Amino acid sequence: MSTLTPAASRTGTPPRAAKSTRRGRRRGRSWAAWLFAAPAIVAYTAFVLVPLVRTVQFSFYQWDGIGPSPWVGFDNYVKVFTDPELSGTIVNAFQLIIFFCGIPVLLGLAIAATIRRIAQSRLASVARVVVFVPQVIPLVAAGIMWSWLLASDGLVNQLLSAIGLGGVTRAWLGDFATALPAVGVIGAWVLLGLCTLLLLSGMSKIDPALYEAARLDGAGSLREFFSITVPSLRQEIGVCVTVTVIAALASFDIIYISTQGGPGNMTMVPGLEIYYQAFVERQVGVASALAVVLVALVLVCVLPIQRLTREDS
Amino acid sequence: MRRHISHRSAAIGLVVLAATLVVACGGPGSGSTQSTDAGTAPTEKPTCGKEPVTMSGYFETGFPITKSLTDEFSKQFPNVKWDIREDQFAVITQNAPRVLADDPPDLMRLPQVSELVKDNLLKNLDGYAKVFGWDTWPASQLEQLRMKPGGGPRGEGSLFAMGLNFSVTGVIYNKTLADQIGMTAAPTTLAEFDDALAKAKAANITPIVQFNGGATGGFAFPLQNLMASYGDPAPINDWIFQKPGATIDTASNRKAAQHLQDWIKAGYFDRDANAMDYAKMMSKFLAGDGLFMFNGDWESGNLDKQMPGKAGFFPFPAEKGGKVAAMSAPLTFGISAKAKHADCAAFFLDWVASNADARKIAVDVGGSHPMGPADASMPDVKQGTVTAETLAAGAKISADNGAMDFIANATGAIYAKSWTPNLQKLFAGEQTPDGLLKSVQSDYEAQVGS
Repeated sequence: MSTLTPAASRTGTPPRAAKSTRRGRRRGRSWAAWLFAAPAIVAYTAFVLVPLVRTVQFSFYQWDGIGPSPWVGFDNYVKVFTDPELSGTIVNAFQLIIFFCGIPVLLGLAIAATIRRIAQSRLASVARVVVFVPQVIPLVAAGIMWSWLLASDGLVNQLLSAIGLGGVTRAWLGDFATALPAVGVIGAWVLLGLCTLLLLSGMSKIDPALYEAARLDGAGSLREFFSITVPSLRQEIGVCVTVTVIAALASFDIIYISTQGGPGNMTMVPGLEIYYQAFVERQVGVASALAVVLVALVLVCVLPIQRLTREDS
Repeated sequence: MRRHISHRSAAIGLVVLAATLVVACGGPGSGSTQSTDAGTAPTEKPTCGKEPVTMSGYFETGFPITKSLTDEFSKQFPNVKWDIREDQFAVITQNAPRVLADDPPDLMRLPQVSELVKDNLLKNLDGYAKVFGWDTWPASQLEQLRMKPGGGPRGEGSLFAMGLNFSVTGVIYNKTLADQIGMTAAPTTLAEFDDALAKAKAANITPIVQFNGGATGGFAFPLQNLMASYGDPAPINDWIFQKPGATIDTASNRKAAQHLQDWIKAGYFDRDANAMDYAKMMSKFLAGDGLFMFNGDWESGNLDKQMPGKAGFFPFPAEKGGKVAAMSAPLTFGISAKAKHADCAAFFLDWVASNADARKIAVDVGGSHPMGPADASMPDVKQGTVTAETLAAGAKISADNGAMDFIANATGAIYAKSWTPNLQKLFAGEQTPDGLLKSVQSDYEAQVGS
């Protein structure tokens, strides 16, 4: 496989004999490889690299999107870190990681382990579908549905009142203390299905002999879970954590639909703030700077996770 | 090791690429200087001619008035066809500069014009105003659409947009609930209004249903009404028009914000307000879940249809009664600086204000007062409807010289980024009336300065 990649062919050192013919063949092959990769490279350059570079470029100017644009150096970055309204969004994003990542991964592990134990029964496939359905529903629809559920006369409060907890009912998405956790719960609900399914498929490739051996040694189901299941799922957990951490840091749609950042900026996250800065405040420079910071932040969070979970392979 | 090299060289390549682009390209956008072009000066009234012409329009979704007007126009002038694109107002607001620059429509629904004028994106309409006689209309109708070419405070200078009609805001009330609390006539002083609120609360009726959720803090409506109740509308307009030295943090505005907080503390608002959007407020009011709602006449047709005879409208009373002031704004439309058929678009705008059929559409479909001279004929409206009451209120506000632009229109971002979070905080008890005004003022100064 790897000998086909252009990088490998460049660093390869063929013997002197028959050098020219082989190099010729190699060069031909490498051109063919580039040709096959070309559509992807063109698309990637046009839709990822160029916008990325332009964003970095814009972040050094003060620009309203139309008119002249004076160079301001790192001023926009200084603003991102010193303006509490902007830096506060980053803090909110980190709080969302608890909900978008912690709950789906932990709960997903528990649910996947349970489904695996009842794998033979029809209930297992029903449970799989039920857990995965949120992943299929468009996020916008999910956001609207949850804003109804969480309204002060919504189902959540009706249930709470029915069991005698009428005192804690409130407009969950409109309350300063509960808005961010409420948005987090929506995210957890959406991402739980993805994590469960990933972990479940990971579990199916664990050798059943391991469980049998453990059981012969007298291990209980908890012991099995922590000594066999979790370590074997290292890579799947890595993927889950990566995907959900990115979803938390780069969240936009759920929050845009359910709270639009309110009340009083309590649920404002970088993704939404970038949008407001660029299209409402017309501060394309500040928006770009925040976007660059967000990309850096995602990389800083995700790369160590990748390294940690990849080491064994 | 090999992998590392290729990773690293890729990273280096990316950085080099980025650096060259940043250095080589210079800043984005046009370096155009501020225009002081006063526009063309036609000597006779332009028309749409006799040749077939297709006008491109960019209008707001959910406002049937534009469709009715353009259809009627094509009926009267069969050579004119319309190619219309529609979007939500929020989308139009965000896209306005780019659309006007890249894909200029002949006629476009516009947000607040000041940033568009600064970027030279709108046609200066002074020439048309002169030949059509728009400059002889009551000045307050078009004041909000005037600006010095190239920028500066709004409210004076050249005309950069027109209205299809002009709307007024005030208090919409549920007549059934008003009967229940013994409110037989519209309140004429602030004390009478407060009294109605207290009676409703005591009768277990939600006194005010008002949206304040998401990015649109609807408490700006009652707040500005209170401001105009306690003080003069002129300084509020100065602030909205970005006149130098204007401030929102005045003594009478502090009283207004304090009064709003008193209402909040008394529990006069629906307790869901911070999680309620505009659509939810409307459905609650239409369902009879509230005595008052601060809103505008764009809903009058809807209210007359959905709760016929059960809804009424009055302008918010002044503290001690007498002259009233209210937010009143033209349904703003402009012509792109690069429009292909500017003359025809201007002719259309004049036709909307002067043609009897068009004026009838402005009232029947738009629910608001048509533009035009003060003595122009008014279409007949059924008495006792919300539409009739809003038209009467519009005439009174005009007579009292009490038209104000909306405090949310002072800058492009002041509503979503300053009024809304601060009003949401005020409702939640996390902001003081003083703090509200100070915080908005400092955001305003930052935005006007930049």
